Amino acid sequence: MARSSLRIGILVFPGSNCDRDCHHAVTAIMSAAAEFVWHKEASLPPLDAVIIPGGFSYGDYLRTGAIARFSPVMAAVTRFAESGGLVLGICNGFQILLEAGLLPGAMLRNRSLSFICRDTHVRIENTETPFTGRCKPGQVLTLPIAHAEGNYYADPATLSSLKAKNQIVFRYCTPEGKVTPEANPNGSLDNIAGIVNTTGNVLGMMPHPERCAEALLGNEDGRLILLSLLDSLKSGRFSPKPAMVS
Amino acid sequence: MKATVSVTLKRGILDPQGQAVLHALGSLGYAGIKDVRMGKLIELELATNDRAGAEAEVKAMCERLLANTIIEDYRIEIVD
Repeated sequence: MARSSLRIGILVFPGSNCDRDCHHAVTAIMSAAAEFVWHKEASLPPLDAVIIPGGFSYGDYLRTGAIARFSPVMAAVTRFAESGGLVLGICNGFQILLEAGLLPGAMLRNRSLSFICRDTHVRIENTETPFTGRCKPGQVLTLPIAHAEGNYYADPATLSSLKAKNQIVFRYCTPEGKVTPEANPNGSLDNIAGIVNTTGNVLGMMPHPERCAEALLGNEDGRLILLSLLDSLKSGRFSPKPAMVS
Repeated sequence: MKATVSVTLKRGILDPQGQAVLHALGSLGYAGIKDVRMGKLIELELATNDRAGAEAEVKAMCERLLANTIIEDYRIEIVD
């Protein structure tokens, strides 16, 4: 697809509230074009990547992400992902990807029952994904979380499979990079903060890279994720196959 | 015809809400409680009198939307 600039779609559901932050991050940090895509759309415009932003889609009714996953746009996102397109789900976006079955597992309420809004440390477990190419193995990033349902759960067989296929991308850790129970803010299984699918093109993460990508905000660690995504798109290795995306 | 669906976290999965209620009841002096599990109750009014058909349909609704079977169990009761 010959387009002069990269174009990244940002889904908007009723209750999304990080959509504009993501728009700003895409344009200001990645210097790419950003386009909002309303959840009622049954197809995606020509896009190079899709971001599912944070928020409270459908007020978190029933379960986080449970109703959003049936929005018409999600069928198009599923086709986009199956065609190899890069999909980044942040916070509620991660929850939606889980409910949609694009990533394995489910989210439970935080162990503390509290909504937690603070910085966390996460260790990079896999630098071979299209979202972490700029990170070093074992590197510790400081990234903020803001959620009440980030307590990741998967059954033992799924967890084994995630490990065997190197799908765990981020784990909550101490500032020194130790993965300990104390460093786990929400009770997540194995301190999991983010995972990719088996083909590596769909990432779900609870921390918000778009909220910490500028010196003005006091932390630029989020840039590594956004710029890794940009590198991957520029490499052309992760372009969705157009025939499969309608 | 009505259907009630109760959705609870699977046994073995920590239920932080249930634990919080358990501790609150304990602090009120109710000492004999072994466990508390919280869940959701969903009431559906169905425009049908076909009990078997209704049950099959509500089961499909549970599998697709009302419960997340990775973490939750559901129980369906059909009431005439």
